[in-house]
Amino acid sequence: MEFSRRETLAMGLGAAMVTVLPFRVSAAADDRIAAFTGGAEMAEGGVTLNAPEIAENGNTVPISVEAPGATAILVLAAGNPEPGVATFNFGPGAAQQAASTRIRLAGTQDVVAVAKLADGSFAKASATVKVTIGGCGG
Amino acid sequence: MISRRDFLQVSMAASAMVGASGFGNWARLAAQQSLTQDQLLEFDTFGNISLIHVTDIHGQLKPIYFREPSVNLGVGENKGHVPHITGADFRKVYGIADGSPSAYALTYNDFSALAKAYGRVGGLDRVSTIINAIRADRPDALLLDGGDTWHGSYTCHHTQGQDMVNVMNALKPDAMTFHWEFTLGSGRVNEIVEGLPFAALGQNIFDSEWDEPAELFKPYKFFERGGANVAVIGQAFPYMPIANPRWMFPEYSFGIRDENMQMMVDEVRAAGADLVVVLSHNGFDVDKKMAGKVQGIDVILSGHTHDALPEPVLVGKTHIIASGSNGKFVSRVDLDVRDGQLMGLRHKLIPVFSDVIAPDPAVAQLIEAERAPYKTQLEEVIGQTDTLLYRRGNFNGTWDDLICDALLSEREADIAMSPGVRWGPSLVPGDDITREEIWNVTSMSYGEAYRSEMTGEFIKVILEDVADNIFNPDPYYQQGGDMVRIGGMGYRIDITKPQGERISEMTLLKTGEAIDPAKSYVVAGWASVNEGTEGPMIWDVVEDHIRKLGTVTLDPNNSVQVAGA
Repeated sequence: MEFSRRETLAMGLGAAMVTVLPFRVSAAADDRIAAFTGGAEMAEGGVTLNAPEIAENGNTVPISVEAPGATAILVLAAGNPEPGVATFNFGPGAAQQAASTRIRLAGTQDVVAVAKLADGSFAKASATVKVTIGGCGG
Repeated sequence: MISRRDFLQVSMAASAMVGASGFGNWARLAAQQSLTQDQLLEFDTFGNISLIHVTDIHGQLKPIYFREPSVNLGVGENKGHVPHITGADFRKVYGIADGSPSAYALTYNDFSALAKAYGRVGGLDRVSTIINAIRADRPDALLLDGGDTWHGSYTCHHTQGQDMVNVMNALKPDAMTFHWEFTLGSGRVNEIVEGLPFAALGQNIFDSEWDEPAELFKPYKFFERGGANVAVIGQAFPYMPIANPRWMFPEYSFGIRDENMQMMVDEVRAAGADLVVVLSHNGFDVDKKMAGKVQGIDVILSGHTHDALPEPVLVGKTHIIASGSNGKFVSRVDLDVRDGQLMGLRHKLIPVFSDVIAPDPAVAQLIEAERAPYKTQLEEVIGQTDTLLYRRGNFNGTWDDLICDALLSEREADIAMSPGVRWGPSLVPGDDITREEIWNVTSMSYGEAYRSEMTGEFIKVILEDVADNIFNPDPYYQQGGDMVRIGGMGYRIDITKPQGERISEMTLLKTGEAIDPAKSYVVAGWASVNEGTEGPMIWDVVEDHIRKLGTVTLDPNNSVQVAGA
């Protein structure tokens, strides 16, 4: 049996797969959070982060954040080589303190949102987004 | 709410008639005489609303054999709970006698012998008879199709789903949700859905560009039944663009979206729903988790993971009904809904014994008309089997052993991979293997059999990735398939470990040597989700292999060692 070069190169499951293990929260992400909060404690609750459990496409993952009364929300992709995604600032006239965007994830990792609330306190939420080869659905 | 006694009365009467002994010697006729259509359909009509649930038919118009899995492991909170128990343990939980019709329908033991006694199951003409009988009791019963309907056979592939659409339309469903339908490509799906005479539902079917609900698929539909408002909310398979080729339906996005589900439940309740039913293609464990998070769902009709359970599973106030696959079962759920509340429920999982339930002649004729143009191709005998051929099981099944053998030999590969899908009927020893049977376990719109080189390290990455899609302890991270089947290589898996640590002891079977992470191996497989995959179609590869073998005889496959089960 003969195989053409093209056939041999035709790749099977997810040739673009780059990651084996979930990416850990990097020191860079911790530094970003510390810079945003000034090292203050962060409460759980008060900020809502919506992200898919499994990314349909790791190159463009839709996420949204909401924190009623917040003046700013920091969003990080904790496992990306460069974890910074965005900081959304809300002026006093903002009708709602919510934002949505799409982010690129290098692999399975936590997406983190930290909100600075009107009273100067901070709240945090995180969600694990899995980036997978897929391909074996029942 | 549903008592064991209720269940025993309606469902187990049939088993009592047949008893536990001597099943191996029965002729088909004996089974037919001791089991009657009236017994299978017997149901004390209850309350004011009836639901009829069919799901995961996978293109099976005609009666087939379908062996349930022997290995179906649960992880985390689901370990040891239904549907993750099999065989004798399953029969014990539900009080099913060995060798009884229920044992044959719901468990795997003595399958070949019981198959000879009880015969084939399913066939949409038989399903139609059951639906007609339920409608005779309750003319406005709702027929709900959980999806994976327009996929899975030779005729379905060649008509791009039209055969299934035509036959299902004759059964007059009220609503449907989706999974494999989308592998027809979004253009074709849109074309069919636009002409459907019933509701196409999916609260989680979104437009991928704008991340807004897709216009063509409504989140829910109201039905007025028995003096009550019934809201049926659709939930399509959440991980379609991951488990199946995204490039075939790029305009659509899915996901579990349980916050949106909660919003839809709240919305229909506010609009006056007395009963909230979710028609789901989540898979059983995902439905269980969702039932715990979303408040206000009365009934989830669960599909995707192909589980068949003879009793509902209750999570909080939500009843989850699992109705099997491949046309093997029909669930009837009678509900008493009064004063805006579900007061009671009676359920029966009806096994579709094809030699016991008479075909509906009109639907039988329709099925034959759909098959007639392909009759010669369908019926061509390619070989015979001496081995029970089945697919279901977390790690392997004999059909995939055969498919992997075909890939190794026809494609001259070191290692073969076959996807862990859960569809595909069984064949019993002595059966002919026709072209139709090969297509029943292989047909799809991306069946190219690729051949490529992969390093040992990359093969491990694939196994770890797929293993996490089935054994992640959080059901929301599970995709509902089985493990990718491997030919030519053995491995050990500890299902309790995290991703990256489950797989070890990968061994190339032909040499007995450990897989070298740095070395390249020739890998043949099929059903790649990547666009532009090239190679011959898998059904042709398997057909060539079976022709050469003449008669298929497979050795037991012990190449996967499982720990942590």
